[in-house]
Amino acid sequence: MWNWATHPISGLSFLGMVIGAVVILLLTLLVVMYSIYWQRKLIGWIQLRIGPNRVGPFGLFQTAADVLKLLIKEDVIPSKADRVLFLIAPILAFVPAFTVLAVIPMSQHHVFTANVSIGALFYLALSAITIHGVMLGGWASNNKYALIGGMRSAAQMLSYEIPLGMSVVGVVLMAGSINLNDIVIAQSRSIWYFIPQILGFIVFMIASTAELNRTPFDLPEAESELVAGYHTEYTGFRFAFFMLTEYVYLFAMAGLFATLFLGGWSGPFLPGWLWFALKVFLYISIQFWIQATMPRMRVDQLMTFSWKVLLPLALFNLVITAVLKAVV
Amino acid sequence: MFQYWNPYLLVAIFVVLGVFLPVSSIWVIGPILRPNKPSAAKQTTYESGVDPIGDAHVRYNARYYLFALLFVVFDVETLFLYPWAASFHKLGLFALVEMLIFLFMLVIGLVYAWRKKVLEWN
Repeated sequence: MWNWATHPISGLSFLGMVIGAVVILLLTLLVVMYSIYWQRKLIGWIQLRIGPNRVGPFGLFQTAADVLKLLIKEDVIPSKADRVLFLIAPILAFVPAFTVLAVIPMSQHHVFTANVSIGALFYLALSAITIHGVMLGGWASNNKYALIGGMRSAAQMLSYEIPLGMSVVGVVLMAGSINLNDIVIAQSRSIWYFIPQILGFIVFMIASTAELNRTPFDLPEAESELVAGYHTEYTGFRFAFFMLTEYVYLFAMAGLFATLFLGGWSGPFLPGWLWFALKVFLYISIQFWIQATMPRMRVDQLMTFSWKVLLPLALFNLVITAVLKAVV
Repeated sequence: MFQYWNPYLLVAIFVVLGVFLPVSSIWVIGPILRPNKPSAAKQTTYESGVDPIGDAHVRYNARYYLFALLFVVFDVETLFLYPWAASFHKLGLFALVEMLIFLFMLVIGLVYAWRKKVLEWN
């Protein structure tokens, strides 16, 4: 049933694939639910509040209650909106967010995920599709806040994708492979790449925060000026899918971060999936910590920072890595 | 051949599942659970509580298109760097020099955009 990677496809192994994908979907929804809970709890503690504590023990069912509430809310479509695009946009944003999880090696044997030979490139290529969903959603709403939010989001994600991609090239250079599982194996043989690739690591950390539209780069949905940004007009479950996209990307980016710089599933003593989970938890917690600590950037600094600071840094890192690799 | 294609079959299943989840919850389960009482006032565009003025489908500040142009240049560059990086250990010094020349030409482009104040926000 689980031998589809080494044998030709059969009915049973196809069933195994479907089960694997469903397991990953359920896991993703669980991770998203509890990362939202953890976000509210952690930021609550940082700000000397208690955080959610009413629904279920320690407020553990808070997010489930919120999702249920969104499901029974009326679905309002503005009469001026471009109806077809308005309906497609949340799906267009969500599908690539979930699909990128297919290539992240969550454990040593890739039980539920695909061992794609171009993993890192696949992630970057697909994550760019979400920009279309966000921008279409903003434009189709026919709302000024949504339009500005969508445009900002697109420009920001485009600008920060370049340094993100460049910092990944440094890792690919060291590992000699684009396959994410091979990158993890290469790290388990030598050293986790955040030490030799410290510059790329810093660039990746900043650029990924911007890619996720999280504080201090949450300009696309700056509440104080744009109400809610590109999803201002979205209600009920359509809004929920935009939020879901955001948190699925948080999980996926945490997985990519762990895989590229922290050795993925590799580590001593503990089983692979637990190491992976710990590293994902670390990244998600750092994101929430940053969110509680940093003020929002100014819009005029945003683009300049990506092109004038991060891109030269990433290029510099790339040249150094290549030269060192050629000499040593 | 199946070693190559089977992972992509799994990716295709992920795509189908990714479409299935929003479609089933928005169009199948949702209508049963949620109320549906549309009214003209509810369907007006939101503009901080006042009646919306004009339309949002207007000509938009072209500031962003310059970033889009730069993006295309540098994204294609990144795309070229991936296969180079993956096979660098087999190609050796020659590939390094080639890529340095390539990067140098692109850095000239970046410096040009910088000097032309394209990267500035005004």
